[in-house]
Amino acid sequence: MTNHWVDIKNADLIFVMGGNPAEAHPCGFKWAIEAKKNRKAKLVVVDPRFNRTASVADYYAPIRPGSDIAFLGGVINYLLANDKIHHDYVKAYTNASFLIDDGFGFDDGIFTGYNDEKRSYDKATWKYQMGEDGFAKVDDTLQNPRCAFQMLKAHYSRYTPDVVAKVCGTPKEAFLKVCEYIAETAAPNKTMTNLYALGWTEHSVGSQNIRCMAIIQLLLGNMGMAGGGINALRGHANVQGITDFALYAQNLPGYLAPPTDAEPDLKTFLEKKTPKMLRPGQMNFGQNLPKWYVSLHKAWWGDAAHKDNGFAYDFMPKLAGASDVLSIFNAMYEGKVNGFLCQGFNPLASVANKKKVGDGLAKLKYMVVMDPLATDTSEFWKPHGEFNDVDPGKIPTEVFRLPTTLFAETSGSFTNSGRVIQWRWKAADGPGDAKDDTEIMATLFLKLKEMYAKDGGAYSEPIQKLTWAYRQPTKPSPEELMMEFNGKALADVLDPKDPTKVLVKAGEQLPSFAMLRDDGSTTCGNWIYCGVWSQAGNNSARRDNSDPSGLGQTLNWGFAWPVNRRILYNRASCDLSGKPWDPKRTVLKWLGDKWGGNDVPDMRPDAAPDQNVMPFIMTGEGVGRLFSLGLMNEGPFPEHYEPFETPLDANPMHPKNPKATSNPAARVYKGDMEAFGKAKDFPYVATTYRLTEHFHYWTKQSKINAIMQPEQFVEIGEELAKEKGIAVGDKVKIRSNRGFIKAVAVVTKRIKALDVDGKKVHTIGIPIHYGFKGATKPGFITNTLTPFVGDANTQTPEYKAFLVNIEKA
Amino acid sequence: MNMNRRQFFKVCSAGLSGSSIALMGFSPTAALAEVRTFKLARATETRNICPYCSVSCGVLIYSTGDKSKNSQAEIIHIEGDPDNPVNRGTLCPKGAGLRDMVQSANRLKWPEVREAGTNEWKKISWQEAIERIAKHMKADRDANFMAQNKDGVTVNRWTSTAFLASSAAPNEAGYLTVKTIRAMGMTSIDTQARI
Repeated sequence: MTNHWVDIKNADLIFVMGGNPAEAHPCGFKWAIEAKKNRKAKLVVVDPRFNRTASVADYYAPIRPGSDIAFLGGVINYLLANDKIHHDYVKAYTNASFLIDDGFGFDDGIFTGYNDEKRSYDKATWKYQMGEDGFAKVDDTLQNPRCAFQMLKAHYSRYTPDVVAKVCGTPKEAFLKVCEYIAETAAPNKTMTNLYALGWTEHSVGSQNIRCMAIIQLLLGNMGMAGGGINALRGHANVQGITDFALYAQNLPGYLAPPTDAEPDLKTFLEKKTPKMLRPGQMNFGQNLPKWYVSLHKAWWGDAAHKDNGFAYDFMPKLAGASDVLSIFNAMYEGKVNGFLCQGFNPLASVANKKKVGDGLAKLKYMVVMDPLATDTSEFWKPHGEFNDVDPGKIPTEVFRLPTTLFAETSGSFTNSGRVIQWRWKAADGPGDAKDDTEIMATLFLKLKEMYAKDGGAYSEPIQKLTWAYRQPTKPSPEELMMEFNGKALADVLDPKDPTKVLVKAGEQLPSFAMLRDDGSTTCGNWIYCGVWSQAGNNSARRDNSDPSGLGQTLNWGFAWPVNRRILYNRASCDLSGKPWDPKRTVLKWLGDKWGGNDVPDMRPDAAPDQNVMPFIMTGEGVGRLFSLGLMNEGPFPEHYEPFETPLDANPMHPKNPKATSNPAARVYKGDMEAFGKAKDFPYVATTYRLTEHFHYWTKQSKINAIMQPEQFVEIGEELAKEKGIAVGDKVKIRSNRGFIKAVAVVTKRIKALDVDGKKVHTIGIPIHYGFKGATKPGFITNTLTPFVGDANTQTPEYKAFLVNIEKA
Repeated sequence: MNMNRRQFFKVCSAGLSGSSIALMGFSPTAALAEVRTFKLARATETRNICPYCSVSCGVLIYSTGDKSKNSQAEIIHIEGDPDNPVNRGTLCPKGAGLRDMVQSANRLKWPEVREAGTNEWKKISWQEAIERIAKHMKADRDANFMAQNKDGVTVNRWTSTAFLASSAAPNEAGYLTVKTIRAMGMTSIDTQARI
């Protein structure tokens, strides 16, 4: 979230699309209700299903799964065509005025630079025109046809209300009504908050769904404002923290890009990855990358990381191409993976195409499951009737299952969706011989280290030299680990403006990442968490919930990254002169000599307004991007593409260009393209969803949750039920091109057939939570049905829009 | 005078009787309606966070015993933490079932192995488990570790063993996990964050 949970109460409009917080995040959703009650805020919901969030909304509009960009593109067009934008904000705080390279273009669904064999773009022209002064060229009148504003206008002029209705199946009047609600927040003192979740991410165009909202919020001037922002309602209680710590390949802790084969040494790496200033006088905060990166190596490899070896640059493995759940399971399926360690994760249930995942696991030599519970994945080799129809004799994988503790049985911190890091205390020991994940990882690591020291083997210096100053080597404490990733000074940190002044003494915990240095004199395991354990102690354990501003900022509760800032881009909540756009909700203001107010400034504290330092400090140009340069893989402006399994014959936006039917830059593996079903065999759209009584594939192990929602069902509309002769309570079989599940039919008014491009489209809703292990009735794994294809940027699988058929079982 | 249930318990355990509190003019009606003393009054209260969705609601965990070394704590009740500014004491239908998650019949209690081609779990010791797993990892790493790519660039990576990490683990476990597996050279890494 750019803002945070409690801040939702400050909104004038809560726009929910791609999420269902009333059921999936109920205790956070209460802040939407608070906004309705206390501010007379409006709640607008766009969703394929009339869900429980919709049931308390002021307005609800239906939409066909997978057509969000058409809808949101229509909103962008509406705002521009009706002049419902925050002009001063757009002109000053976005790249509206920036001129785009003359070579860049768009032709019938495809941007410049496409290579259809590689299914990827050469992004050479997706950039600004650069002046002789080395900075990007701008046209402050916004009239130049090559400026981002005019190009945005031209791109979305095709998304008329009629086109939206045709592509999305949303009635035109309903679409226009939603636009009117949104447009009202173009007023400088009105804000819309946007709440989304997996309903936007789990598409082959997931990232671009969110990009559309980024454009809309920039046009409306809602970024940085109290009650504004783009707010991802994320999954697990610590999914934000685990993302921040980069338990995935494409990043290192704090979103640092890892070295690749193209950067053989530290110097090349830092030169390539450190962003350049694109406009004069901007903060370009990313220019501090060398400090963050060197401090990470110092935290991990201590004295073994020094200037002469590029701070042990070679100790960090270089990333080789794609690495994500889909690519990993595809490699496993192709027999290229021998070992798999699975920590608190149930991929057999949660990754697309269960058959392919199971077949992949069966090709492993060894698998290690670390989990508090007996998961479906840990028993992928065990026959469970038709729910898991396998022959263990043919599966040679050696499977280890190690018991771990649950939340209540460990101490340590979780980071919520609003980036607030909060400490938790252990209440009891785990059952039997269960151990903490840290102890298991430490024990396993030390065992390997000992074996390498004794027997030699492949290059093991990074293992031997890894810092390990924990008082109990096999049991690093959470306190020690938090102090380590916060970082400390190895030598006195001096004030660059006055080197006689010591800012932090050697050995002290660092108060913020502003103290990090690139000369090896500081350590920090995750720069964005710097400050969470300063000399003041564990700031994540702070429990002062006072709220003097009334905005719900609670600055002394826990610690938010970065530097305890609660609302990102908060400089943008003021006009150019430093006055709040809405004085009633002052987040920040210029106090004459510094920035202050009710948050930690997202700006250099002494940058006077007349210095024109723009609010989006992480970009080289200081402004928000309507045109996203080369950062997205399928284009600088979002374009509507059909799901890979579409009920239509073509993309209605580009009916004559088959290359532009589905996301042209999405990765499709060999065999998976063939495994996509066609509408003639699988005529119904399916979308997966979650129930309020269950959390993923986890709570099926909890008796009370199993009692509340005991059995797998699917939801179909009355019209389809009638057509297929299906009654409430009938057992039905749902097939996709990858397999089938059986479930109980629930017939409702909540999902209606939509008229899309002259065709009637029915949608079937499929809850995900069931499997063959747990306290619920044994059931099929929903992801037996889903396609093995993901978003072109994140590779998040397309769980939300695919094709099935349904019949009475 | 306003008093919530917890404060009421605190006052009670400080030695005042319920009736004298009522005489003093504050009466938490729900509490007085009880005949027996509350189990929670003598339980230990620990602050924690619900592990399910990213609202990350504060919870109060009540357990038996006083956390002294020789007393085995048992979790008897979990409810929302009223001090937490986000959830303000509430829990949803998922979080309301937390105690049943802690006490799930499917909790794992000891290390096990399923040998290749068999159809059963076998209980093993932690030592055996760690030794066998480490041996597998070392054999695979030694056989497949790539020190340099075909162009002679040092890459130091090990892609043939993959790791999926938990988004339900605390930051500190995540940090130690990423630190150790990157040091081993792993790059086939992912977490639930993506899905």
